[in-house]
Amino acid sequence: MDQDHTEALVGAVRRAIETRQPLRAHGHGSKAFYGNPRAGEALHITGHRGVLSYEPGDLVITARAGTPLAEIDAVLAAQGQMLGFEPPQFGGRGTLGGAIAAGLSGPRRPWAGAARDFVLGVRAINGRGESVRYGGETIKNVAGYDLARLYAGSLGAFGVLLEASLRVLPVPETELTLVLEPADPLQAMIDWQRRPWPLSGLCVDDGRVCLRLSGTADGVNAARQQIGGEELPAGAAFWQALRNLELPFFAGDAPLWRVSLPPATPPLDLPGDWLLDWGGAQRWLRSPAPPAQVWAKAAAAHGHATLMRGGDRSGGVFQPVSAAQAAIERRLRAELDLDGVFGGGRAAR
Amino acid sequence: MHVTESRTADHAGLLAALRRVLPADGLLTAEAERRVYECDALSNYRALPLAVALPETVQQVQALLRLCKEHGVPVVPRGAGTGLSAGALPRTDGILLSMTRFDRILEIDPDNRIARVQPGVRNLAVSEAAAPHGLFYAPDPSSQFASSIGGNIAENSGGVHCVKYGLTTHNLLEVTLVTMDGDLLTLGSGGLDGPGYDLLALVTGSEGMLGVVVEARLKLLPLPESIVLLQAAFPDLERAGRAVMDIVAAGVVPAGLEMMDQVAIEVVEGYIQMGLPVDAAALLLCELDGATAEVEAQLERVQALMRACGGYDLRLARDADERTRLWAGRKGAFPAMGRVSPDFYIVDATVPRRHLSGILRRIGELAEEYGQRVATAFHAGDGNLHPLILYDGGVPEQVERTEKLASRILDECLAVGGTITGEHGIGAEKIDKACRQFADPVLEDYFAVKRAFDPSGLLNPGKAIPTLTRCAELRGSHVHHGHLPHPELDRF
Ligand SMILES: Cc1cc2nc3c(=O)[nH]c(=O)nc-3n(C[C@H](O)[C@H](O)[C@H](O)COP(=O)(O)OP(=O)(O)OC[C@H]3O[C@@H](n4cnc5c(N)ncnc54)[C@H](O)[C@@H]3O)c2cc1C
Ligand SMILES: Cc1cc2nc3c(=O)[nH]c(=O)nc-3n(C[C@H](O)[C@H](O)[C@H](O)COP(=O)(O)OP(=O)(O)OC[C@H]3O[C@@H](n4cnc5c(N)ncnc54)[C@H](O)[C@@H]3O)c2cc1C
Repeated sequence: MDQDHTEALVGAVRRAIETRQPLRAHGHGSKAFYGNPRAGEALHITGHRGVLSYEPGDLVITARAGTPLAEIDAVLAAQGQMLGFEPPQFGGRGTLGGAIAAGLSGPRRPWAGAARDFVLGVRAINGRGESVRYGGETIKNVAGYDLARLYAGSLGAFGVLLEASLRVLPVPETELTLVLEPADPLQAMIDWQRRPWPLSGLCVDDGRVCLRLSGTADGVNAARQQIGGEELPAGAAFWQALRNLELPFFAGDAPLWRVSLPPATPPLDLPGDWLLDWGGAQRWLRSPAPPAQVWAKAAAAHGHATLMRGGDRSGGVFQPVSAAQAAIERRLRAELDLDGVFGGGRAAR
Repeated sequence: MHVTESRTADHAGLLAALRRVLPADGLLTAEAERRVYECDALSNYRALPLAVALPETVQQVQALLRLCKEHGVPVVPRGAGTGLSAGALPRTDGILLSMTRFDRILEIDPDNRIARVQPGVRNLAVSEAAAPHGLFYAPDPSSQFASSIGGNIAENSGGVHCVKYGLTTHNLLEVTLVTMDGDLLTLGSGGLDGPGYDLLALVTGSEGMLGVVVEARLKLLPLPESIVLLQAAFPDLERAGRAVMDIVAAGVVPAGLEMMDQVAIEVVEGYIQMGLPVDAAALLLCELDGATAEVEAQLERVQALMRACGGYDLRLARDADERTRLWAGRKGAFPAMGRVSPDFYIVDATVPRRHLSGILRRIGELAEEYGQRVATAFHAGDGNLHPLILYDGGVPEQVERTEKLASRILDECLAVGGTITGEHGIGAEKIDKACRQFADPVLEDYFAVKRAFDPSGLLNPGKAIPTLTRCAELRGSHVHHGHLPHPELDRF
């Protein structure tokens, strides 16, 4: 199964640079709905796959970008480890490159860290068609600018990912989900997050708080005694469904927004239904509100919003950034993607 | 670049203009005053800046950078000056921009677990202000009593606890910078991520080359309910190294995992007589924190693993006093070296954890080859090594041997996939070594990043990212590490 397609991919990028033909890296297409509409010729990554190194005692795995997440999960699980940021696997699919390029993180994010936090280094094909390595395999590394993390969440705007080295986490000894119905769910989440409990998930769906504890059996039990609530027997399935946007809340055609906010932000005055994840820091909204209105409310609360699925996408799906940031982003793309082969017109509104 | 006469004339105009925008006592030009800023904690690199600016407001920083850009004069930002890689080394033809007057904690927001601070705030002050709310700021460089948040951001600092809680980059939510163009740029958000590309990642650890930090929003964490510290001695390096791997692989994420080798143990014991097992080849210190029940369960596991790897003389500290006493050994390592040797050179490098014992053995061999004593005390949990080379600065050939030895150690670390700096940065000190770590295409991409933020190239030039010409020359010739005769001058 393992295959090294570096040469072919480098060749394709070089040809694209010569002919100024935009490319668009394509993994499993599991996140095809995400981001602005893309142009460009598909550059298939999935053939370039395989785990390159994995040392459980080092808590580091390096794999080619086209490796299916499912394969990585299996390799890690065999050693009692996991990807700590719980990347969504939409439709059960996804590649490592796609997960890093999209930079999305699951329910564990506030406690364990985001996709970008686990990236130690990447190998990528840059805007000059060269295979380059940024960062490395060590946890601590302050040499050079952190281009590896810039790639995380960039949707391939700066280059094609060939490999990524990620920090991994041990699978907790015990995991338990509690369901509670406090009078003020948001306030309850604020209070719980100020306690030193082994939290690993905290969301509000339909007035019901789901709380996940991860750790040693003793630690989880002790916290459980203090928190109360009922155990949710299908806890693991619940978090999996949340992570992959498969809960009933996500069904249907109403536009789906992801709103990133300071966790204690009071409910935003927008029409529609909410599901709060990340202890309040990531909120999902099903709403017909016009994008400009959602963005204005999110910005006023010191956050930002992304139109994940559906809705009016004509003005782009990402919150407009400040003029100062836009100017730097433009220059950065012009500098790193000299011939615009990775841009693909995706930023066009 | 030499300071020529025409430039001097230019400078007079700039200084006059700066005086108009800075507070009355905010521009130091007298030589005695400038001397204070001629180096950071790495005092063998010195240069006298043209002038030292001490702005008090963001507007003043903006005006200053605009004026310097207009006059084509470089600017070197500086926090507390505790840097160990000469990152805040001034330029004789430039302004030293001290951010010490930005020393206010603007807000502690316990519900959102956020601290909003100015860059001159000391790292420890953040945790002190958060403590009454049951919160703390996790990144804890050993210099936390003195170093500034601005400097921490520029160096992506981390300390003992970063094995569990991460570096500055993992605990920084938003930063506001002034660019060399004088523009105000806010990256990140009040939430856990920001809009647009992750420029926050680029700026963190950029050694003051992309913008001047004027405000930051930091993530605070709940104070742990209980903390324990366990120390164990090991008969050889291999077994100590295996204990590190086994603890981590067993699913325990310690709050800190530190190691000292035999030389370090001996020197520290000679210095503070705390009854350390001087016959041991290595001492391992493992701190565990969290909810009490969680910590107790992990403690049992770690004790068992240490014993299984041949660990002996286990000591456990349960309260703060006992912990302080046990940590004294590890924390006393640096000052202790000063007692047994006139000078010591701190190497900072990181290797993948699996190579720890191999590298330690190699360092021992190299120490013998060069005839210099090397003590190693380090962050084992992250693979971040700090070999301390003991030498006498009064003996020229020892200085030279020390530099060569340090350089060889860095080469060995690079050879196993490590990096030349785990936490102190490249600065001016390791700029030549950076040529070994970065391939030319990577350097080109770094220049591209620099151009996007600072097209004029005037912000802290000559640090962190070596030029291609410099590397071409260095790779082709034998070069001594460290001590450049005139670090303030462009050499190529
Ligand atoms: C997460 C995110 C948030 C943003 N937020 C904002 C905002 O708030 N405001 C604003 O103004 N702008 C924002 N932008 C910027 C703006 O939307 C971008 O300019 C736009 O997304 C440009 O995309 P593109 O054309 O570069 O991507 P394209 O090149 O068209 O997309 C590349 C595709 O490749 C995929 N891929 C799969 N495998 C790989 C691999 N191995 N290597 C590389 N890529 C791979 C990626 O998933 C992606 O779908 C944001 C961008 C991102 C990525
Ligand atoms: C005894 C000792 C122990 C140490 N232990 C550790 C440790 O455990 N971990 C660790 O990571 N480091 C450690 N250090 C190194 C040092 O303390 C850190 O790098 C620290 O973050 C530097 O902060 P500072 O405020 O002193 O910055 P300075 O030394 O003043 O400057 C360092 C760099 O930051 C830039 N800079 C400073 N302020 C700003 C700003 N506002 N905007 C933009 N750029 C700025 C400067 O230009 C320079 O490049 C130690 C140093 C000493 C002396």
